[in-house]
Amino acid sequence: MRYVVCIKQVPETTDVRINPETHTLMREGVAAIVNPFDMYAIEEALRMKARLGGTVTVLTMGPPQAEAALREAIAMGADEGILVSDRAFAGSDTWATSYALAAAIRKISDYSIILCGKQASDGDTAQVGPGIAAHLNLPQITYVRKIEAMDAQHIVAERLLETGTEVIESPLPCVLTVVKELNEPRLPSLKGKLAAKKAVLTHWKASDLGCDPKDIGLDGSPTKVVRVFSPPPRPGGEMLRGEPDEVVTQLVEKIKDAVLAART
Amino acid sequence: MSDPIRILPEKCVFCGACVRACPFGAITQAGKKTLPVIDLNKCTLCGACVAACKFDAIWMRESEAARTDLDRYQGVWVFAEQHDGHIHSVAFELLGEGRKLADALGMPLGVVLLGHNVRDRAGELIARGADRVYLVDRPELAHYQDEAYAAVLIDLVRRHKPCIFLGGATTIGRSLMSRVAVPLRAGLTADCTGLAIDPQTKNLLQTRPAFGGNIMATIICPNARPQMATVRPKVMKEAAVDPARHGEVLVETVVEQLLTARARRLRFEPEKETTVNIADANIIVSGGRGLQKPENFALLRELAEVLGAGVGASRAAVDANWMPYSHQVGQTGKTVCPKLYFAIGISGQIQHLAGMSSSDIIVAINKDPDAPIFKVATYGIIGDLFAIVPRLTEAFRKALGANKA
Repeated sequence: MRYVVCIKQVPETTDVRINPETHTLMREGVAAIVNPFDMYAIEEALRMKARLGGTVTVLTMGPPQAEAALREAIAMGADEGILVSDRAFAGSDTWATSYALAAAIRKISDYSIILCGKQASDGDTAQVGPGIAAHLNLPQITYVRKIEAMDAQHIVAERLLETGTEVIESPLPCVLTVVKELNEPRLPSLKGKLAAKKAVLTHWKASDLGCDPKDIGLDGSPTKVVRVFSPPPRPGGEMLRGEPDEVVTQLVEKIKDAVLAART
Repeated sequence: MSDPIRILPEKCVFCGACVRACPFGAITQAGKKTLPVIDLNKCTLCGACVAACKFDAIWMRESEAARTDLDRYQGVWVFAEQHDGHIHSVAFELLGEGRKLADALGMPLGVVLLGHNVRDRAGELIARGADRVYLVDRPELAHYQDEAYAAVLIDLVRRHKPCIFLGGATTIGRSLMSRVAVPLRAGLTADCTGLAIDPQTKNLLQTRPAFGGNIMATIICPNARPQMATVRPKVMKEAAVDPARHGEVLVETVVEQLLTARARRLRFEPEKETTVNIADANIIVSGGRGLQKPENFALLRELAEVLGAGVGASRAAVDANWMPYSHQVGQTGKTVCPKLYFAIGISGQIQHLAGMSSSDIIVAINKDPDAPIFKVATYGIIGDLFAIVPRLTEAFRKALGANKA
């Protein structure tokens, strides 16, 4: 069994703020972290390995410094890390990113299951996981909140929808995207940290993956960002003051019409 | 390969606008009179600096993909998500928005309806603005299924070639549209909160939040069709119902192989919580650490029942097991966009704000006057929630009861 976990290094969103005077992003000293949802994917792969044996491979695409994300996963217990990195990948949108990751997974070849976080906290698209499944023509189970059963051929997983839980059975290999409820990611052990420090990571460039230059980076990306701007600030709020009975009366007066409209 | 982006020294006036505009911190300037430098390891070629530069001093390579047969793609399409034969309200919102886009382009508005025994729903979609309903009615499509639904949509797009194809940014819409876009080589923009047609190029301008809502980006798909997007539920207005409208229903046949799927649904367990689910709720009453213990969520449930609202929770409340994860609002939970959001005993960490700050009206009740939630609140009350919430419930019980009678 080989469990491939696709992860992404992202800026810690709490640090990305808008300068109130210049309305531009302030990002001095923004820390780079493993995308929070990917932590649940790493943890689940480690648990699968503990039950069924095998190898946990973490895979990321990004600049050279994304190595740190792979080492963090190895510190948690992953067996090996692969960095797909090439200037030719710059400007990749979700189509080109899932294409490149799928090409890397194809090169890994003996994968049993592919795990991804449900979305990355910087882009918030939730498109790369299903995109990988589509490029590899694999079944997918998105928004996984619980694994009910799994053996070398099958998986039964619960999927969190808006209105409840759907239980899906799929043959392996398949692609899972996972939500926070799935597990509690472990902290790295001392032994893990040492292993992470020493680990020799695999580096793949576009040419190693046999990617057609037309399909990667800017040229492989059908979408194009034309403008980036600060969201319009919310109109100034109003503080209601007074004793509880007074503020409640004021509030009801102000929002009653909105409540009535929302209920129809 | 030469650098895909560079700053032209002969044009640059060292103003630093590009340094400030870069969302990725990829441009640095050593001093006031020096040429900024782009770190290509950090640059994503998003083009924010190119747009910010008033002196045309940044050159960026254009995508070389050639425009082919784009004009053969005509019509605006909407995917009608349905559950057990009931059309999801996001489909009506998409029809409202799709109608505007179709009119701006002078194209028809189509809606794709997949399911089983759903034919009688077509009239509802026409009344909401659709000119054509593309219907595939098969027992295999009774419940949503990633593989079969995607295969059928890909087939329909290849046959009919719509120019724009919209879905809801629901769990189903996001899983489905991603799978559809790949084989079509179509551009797909996630979770849009604004759509418009560029008057010159006729391209679809897709605007969406990123970095947890800290920045907005406008995205186009200039060289690929259809232009695909998922749209955040509750942001767009539902199309009005006009029973007099006419439209045609096109019953589509698909080959058997498209309906086979490897993954299959074993069962569905509806959410146990009795109140409205937060993704569909027009009003959400959310609680956080300030509620102190799980039993106190009863106060919020009471208010929610009177208002017809859903109950949400902050990450702190979910991590403490006071509420199930399916109720969590925020970056690691759900993004919601109700008409009215009550943040009660929630301090308003940036991760929480990311999930709710696009709500129309935000009411914050918190005892800490410095709580960041007050920065986004439409109405803020500094005070003891245990004194205020029961009074609020009572006041609304009276106000709404009187209104009903």
